[in-house]
Amino acid sequence: MACLLPLVRLAWLGAQGGLGANPIEYITRSTGWWTLSFLMITLSITPLRRLTNLNWLLRLRRMFGLFAFFYAALHFGIYLWLDQFFDWTEIVKDIAKRPFITVGFAAFVLLLPLAATSTNAMVRRLGARRWQLLHRLIYVIAILGVVHFWWLVKKDITEPVLFACVLAVLLGARLAWRMRKARTGGDTLPSAVPR
Amino acid sequence: MLIRHPSDIAPSEITPREVYRHRRAFLRSAGLLAAAAGAGGLLTSTAPARGATRLAGLRQSPFSTDEAQTPYKDVTTYNNYYEFGTDKDEPADNAHTLKTRPWTIAIEGEVRKAYSIGVEELLKLAPLEERIYRMRCVEGWSMVIPWVGYSLSELIKRAEPTGNARFVEFVTLADPRQMPGLAYPVLKWPYVEGLRLDEAMHPLTLLCVGLYGELLPNQNGAPVRVVIPWKYGFKSGKSIVKIRFTATQPRTAWNIAQPREYGFYSNVNPQVDHPRWSQARERRIGEFRKRPTLMFNGYAEQVASLYAGMDLKKNF
Repeated sequence: MACLLPLVRLAWLGAQGGLGANPIEYITRSTGWWTLSFLMITLSITPLRRLTNLNWLLRLRRMFGLFAFFYAALHFGIYLWLDQFFDWTEIVKDIAKRPFITVGFAAFVLLLPLAATSTNAMVRRLGARRWQLLHRLIYVIAILGVVHFWWLVKKDITEPVLFACVLAVLLGARLAWRMRKARTGGDTLPSAVPR
Repeated sequence: MLIRHPSDIAPSEITPREVYRHRRAFLRSAGLLAAAAGAGGLLTSTAPARGATRLAGLRQSPFSTDEAQTPYKDVTTYNNYYEFGTDKDEPADNAHTLKTRPWTIAIEGEVRKAYSIGVEELLKLAPLEERIYRMRCVEGWSMVIPWVGYSLSELIKRAEPTGNARFVEFVTLADPRQMPGLAYPVLKWPYVEGLRLDEAMHPLTLLCVGLYGELLPNQNGAPVRVVIPWKYGFKSGKSIVKIRFTATQPRTAWNIAQPREYGFYSNVNPQVDHPRWSQARERRIGEFRKRPTLMFNGYAEQVASLYAGMDLKKNF
């Protein structure tokens, strides 16, 4: 429920006239920011679980991922409706011509199959291995999302840099673990030889 | 003489009826909670809190547009003034530290009569006019603002530029004690802008000391700024301390920061896109649908001749 607070806040600000002079820009930015934040939260579950051994964290992962999709869908919907008013020729031109929109759109399209295969039934249908392989797309999506933010900012790139740092830590941790596993895996091989 | 008091008009009266109707129709069709809330934000613009000194006896200008004026509250809370922070609401929150008295402007460089002028004297140099101009930001939004001031040429003429003077440079205050944004090297400080001499002498180019019939609020560039309505907003330097006449083209803040994206001229031009976004349309603050951007921001009749024969794609 707490994950809905950003949306409630926007609705409340809207009712109070607190969205500033350019409300459409404000809600577009806000939903985009929360999409990135939920992507980061989703990606932090696995490292957190490893560090703390709290296995119940894993059950939250799907919900956080779906909230990332939820805010991404709002963000994209606001762009289509309030920003462009379904002017399809403009939208197609935007997506094709503006690199920051191209990568943002790509990230959203890649999120679609992940959201669609988020149910237990879909995990079973795909098989755990294929499902996991597909869901590694989140790494690509998160990178595209941060690039999207970075490229749209006029000059003050503080926030995109912060997101990039968080993402680098989250992906770096995975890489480090994988490398260590490969190394220790290599070391354990000889010991696996019958003595 | 016609004296108008624009502040006596409530923002609700300024907003044309069809805009209201459009909003209502829009609200009815809005199913999305957040979107409906966003629309609500537009309907409930509260009465602005004023405090600045009123300027009396303003002349009306033939250059004024009769388009609906952007509410005072939006004009004074949605600002790009990086010396006070890079978010739009930060200048209004932070600019109270700016000390606008005493204030002098130095006029120097390629002139026969270099001089310094205090802001009080500046206010009396020529009759103050109200000029309602369109303002188009390079980011794709626009406003209609009733500025107060007079043509910059009044100031320039007194300095008697020499034959070598081909450009004018505007240097903005850069005092880290008054301007928290200077702690970050987002742009090269001080913020410098510039014009060709003929652009600076053009009657539309305004030396601006007020808006909505009052002295300029700090976040809008107090105590004195320039307004060049046919160029993107960032060309209109704020809180000016020095006006320098030069033989060579000045290096300007945004051009130094990103030369590929912000040219020296930066005339509003719907046919020349910013490398990262389109400039064909704009969102007028307070409106939902974007409107087409006009060549030279609708001032083509007055200024197009300044650029006759120039490739505006190259000289963006």
